[in-house]
Formats: sequence, C-alpha cells, structure tokens
Amino acid sequence: MTAFLQLDQVTKSFGAVTVADELTYGVEAGEALGVIGPNGAGKTSMFNLITGTLQPNSGKVHFNGQDVTSMNAAKRCRSGMARSFQVPQPFSGMTVFENAMVAATQAAGLSGHEAEKFCLEVLEQTELLDRANTLAGGLTLLGRKRLELTRALCARPKLLMLDEIAGGLTEAECASLVKTIKDIHASGVTIIWIEHVVHALLAVVDRLIVIDFGKKIAEGEPHAIMKSPEVQEIYLGIEADA
Amino acid sequence: MNHSDFHVTRSSAATKAAAIIAILVMIVLIAAPWWAGRADMRLMGELFLYLALASLWNLMAGYAGLVSVGQQAYVGFGGYMLFALTMFGGMHPVAAIGVAGVLGAIIAIPVALLIFRLRGAYFAIGTWVIAEVFRLSFAQVSSLGGGSGSSLPVGIVRSLSESRSGRESLSYWLALGSAVIVIAAVYLFLRSRNGLALTAIRDNELAAGSLGIDIWRTKFIVYVVTAALTTMIGALIFLQKLRISPDAAFSVNDWTAFVIFIVVIGGIGTIEGPIIGTLIFFALRETLADLGTIYLMVLGVVAIVIMLKAPNGIWGLIRARFNLELFPLSFRVKQSNSSKGA
Repeated sequence: MTAFLQLDQVTKSFGAVTVADELTYGVEAGEALGVIGPNGAGKTSMFNLITGTLQPNSGKVHFNGQDVTSMNAAKRCRSGMARSFQVPQPFSGMTVFENAMVAATQAAGLSGHEAEKFCLEVLEQTELLDRANTLAGGLTLLGRKRLELTRALCARPKLLMLDEIAGGLTEAECASLVKTIKDIHASGVTIIWIEHVVHALLAVVDRLIVIDFGKKIAEGEPHAIMKSPEVQEIYLGIEADA
Repeated sequence: MNHSDFHVTRSSAATKAAAIIAILVMIVLIAAPWWAGRADMRLMGELFLYLALASLWNLMAGYAGLVSVGQQAYVGFGGYMLFALTMFGGMHPVAAIGVAGVLGAIIAIPVALLIFRLRGAYFAIGTWVIAEVFRLSFAQVSSLGGGSGSSLPVGIVRSLSESRSGRESLSYWLALGSAVIVIAAVYLFLRSRNGLALTAIRDNELAAGSLGIDIWRTKFIVYVVTAALTTMIGALIFLQKLRISPDAAFSVNDWTAFVIFIVVIGGIGTIEGPIIGTLIFFALRETLADLGTIYLMVLGVVAIVIMLKAPNGIWGLIRARFNLELFPLSFRVKQSNSSKGA
C-alpha cells in the first residue's frame, strides 16, 4: 500500500556528499507535512528529487498511484505537483500576472478568460493584485516570495510543496501567510512545507519530519518531535548561529 | 481590493495605432513597383529578406535560447534546393521555394537531434560545424557546379515572368510577403499558449520546467520551424541573385553575422527589435559601404557600444523609457471603470 506521495529508499549523492540517504516516507492525500532540519541537510534537494529537477541514484518516487521516478519535472508538474523555490526563480522579463498565466496555462491546463480570471483570484489571495503589471524582475524579495507561492497555486496542484516562504516576513505578514496556507490546505490540497520559522509551520502541519545529512532522523506529531532531544540539539544549534 | 473589479486586456492605444500605421505602410510598400525605381526596389527587397532572417533568428536565439551561428546552413541549403528542384526537377521557382521549406524541416530534424545534445557555447560551435559540413557537401556536387557554383538557366528565370520589370516586381512582392508572413507567424506563435511557454523559457528554464513546460520539445519545434522558414528565405535570396556558389550560399558573414548584428542592436527577445535593427543596419550600409573596411569597423564599434550601453538593444531602451509595446503580446490588468473610486 503506497501513500499519495511515497518516497522509497531515495538516494542521491554528488561525489562524496550525500544529499538524500535512503529517504523513505509517505504523505497521505489531504495531509500537511512539515520538514525541518539544519541548513545543508538536503531539504531542498529532497524537493528537487520529488519534483524531478534531480534524478535519484537509486530508489523510487510514487505520486498519485503512479511511479514518477523516470518522469521529467514538466510531466510531474502536469500530473499535479507544484513547488515554490527557496531562491525565487521569477520569469523576470514578464509581469507578475504573466508569471501567473504561465502556471495557469501550462501546468493547470486552463485557457482564455478562465485562465485570466483564475490568475486574478489567486493574485488577490496572495496580495499581489496591485502589482499585477509590475515586471517580476522589479519585485522586492518579499514580492518574489509571494510570486513563488502565486505561481505554485496557479498550477492548481494536488500536492503543493513550499520551500522556506516565511523567512524574512514580519509577524503580521507571517500571520497572513499562515492563514493563506491554512485556507489552501482546507480546500483539500496536500502540502509539504520546508520552513525554519517553526511557529508558522506548527500552526499548519499535521506531522513533522526532521532531515539531517540527507537522512530522515525523526518523524511524528509536531510538538512531540520539537521536544525530542535530537531535534533540540540540532535546532538550538541553528538558533544560536542565526 | 477585489479581483472581480479587474479585467485583462492585451491591446493598448499604442498597439492599435501601430496596427493602423502598419496597414498604411503595407499599402504603400505593396504599391512600390509603381512609385519606386529599380535600384530602390532591389534594396527594399533585400531589406525585407534580412528582416525575415533576423526575425527568425530572434525567435530562435532570443526566445528559445538557441544561439545558433550556423543558420547559413539553411540559407544555403534553400538556395541549392531552389536550383536543384528547378533545374533537375523542372519545378516552377515559386513551387520550389515551398518544397525547399519542407525539405529544410526534414533535414533540420536529425540536425536538431544531434546538436541539442550540446549546451551553450558548444551548441553555437556545433551549429557552425554543421553549416561547414553543408558547404563542403554541396561543393562536391558537380552537377550544381561544385566549388565554383552555377547560374540559374535563362529559361527558369523567364518562367517567372517574360518581362524584366515583371520579374522585378514579382521578386519584390515575394520578399515583402515573406517578411510579413514571418513576422505574422512569429507574432501569432508568441501570442499563443506555446508563446507564453517560450517566453517563460527565455526568462528561466528551471522554473519553466517545474511549471509543466516541456523545454526540449518546445525548443525542438522552434528550431525545426525556424529552419524550414530560413530555408525558404534562402531559396528566395538566390532566386534574386540568380547565381549560387558554396562560399556565397553558406557565408557565415552574410547570413549569420549581419543577422546577429541586426538582432542585437535592435533588441533581442522582442518582435520590434529586429525591425528597428534591420532599418539601422541598412541605413549604415547605404551610407558607409563605400568606405570599404572602415564600414565593417564602424559596424563593430556600433555593436560594442550598444552592447555596453544598452544590452537590450535600441528597442529595449525605448520600451524601458516609454513602457511601449507595438505588438499586443503582454497582458495588462486594468481596474474596471465601473468600480473606479469605489
């Protein structure tokens, strides 16, 4: 029995550096999973392996009942997964609205007025409507992060993967982001969220996994995980650095 | 702020004005045989063919990121196909141009499969090597004159039109028509769903792939279509020249270097850029060509200055300053009138 998203012994290394070490876990449909771990632990690489930006050395990825391991990123996206990038990757020469339209037409398969209306709705939700005609290259970092979320939502995914979108936000902005993500989750979208802003993460996710050196070192109920000694050790380490 | 208060438009006052001006200019240009002299028509015909080549190279390099320095492969292939199909196949020259386009697409498929394995600078060098292979291959065909080339037989030239002025008008209209068709095709492609994908690829391949865009397939289609149309333009170029040789047909200077110059100074990655670039290139050529090598040095200086001062070309400069667009490609979100001030 495989879950909605199932990683099975996924391993990837670049020379001596192992970014994913026999990663195995499942995410059920409708679940919200949080991912934490120190910088360089392999969290973003794990996203790259799930979305097809990276190919694993060994192991399998199953999504929505099919083996997607050999599919490229585009095909996996069209099968229903969308992500935001930790380092924003806007289409700089296109406007915010056009960025959204790329996702709506290419990933979600919408067209014409239906696509336009859907993009306007999402832009309202992500509070970028007043910047719709701005070139994406001219946005602030906060704007670019919002654009990452906008594009991922415009792809109308079944599985939404968020990579550190709360970093650098003020308390109020963070609260509104948490509300937005809760709404999306409530509408039935499965979520995997990598985040260092732990209180934002805990407000949304049902379950937490901890990654270090490409290995899953803990998994379970969020508050219990945060209290476990190994996580305390890793996380207090980060906090002290920050 | 509610999304239902907004609507999306693609045209603007500038694009509407540009469309009207374009129609007026077209009428004047179509009537050129009745108002222009023989030399002017020749010059304008050449200008239209360069405009077509530049628009195609811009689509391929500026949007799909395929920086080819080997498009002379298709120009020369088209020229030779025109000669072969009319001389040995007995085809009418205009029909031969169409068939050449199909053959260009067919030969572009294996070439693409080969050179798409190369990236960046290696891709550029690969395209040049392919063009040299084409040149050396055609130099071996003795029935087409081998290394010294051949001329189009008088009978075939006459089949276009009995009178000299009739031939000149026809080749002028063919050149004008090809430029209009190429620009219209590029415009319609960019305005479509595939055009949105291509523009996304232009800006960021990583994000484009992650949003469901099949990058390889999109680039492959652009490469093959560009090759087919470039082949047809090549056939047309040598229908005007009436003489072909491997060195002229596969000249990297004439069919790629000048074309890149046009696109880069005009503004790469925009439809308007190649139009502006072609006008500037011909203005420079007509005023400076008598100076010999100094002319080429001036071209080089102009290219370097523009690349340093305006990396997005002259159109990039205009667009940034006036937020202007002549072809209605972008989407603009506007607040609906009914809700203004509410």
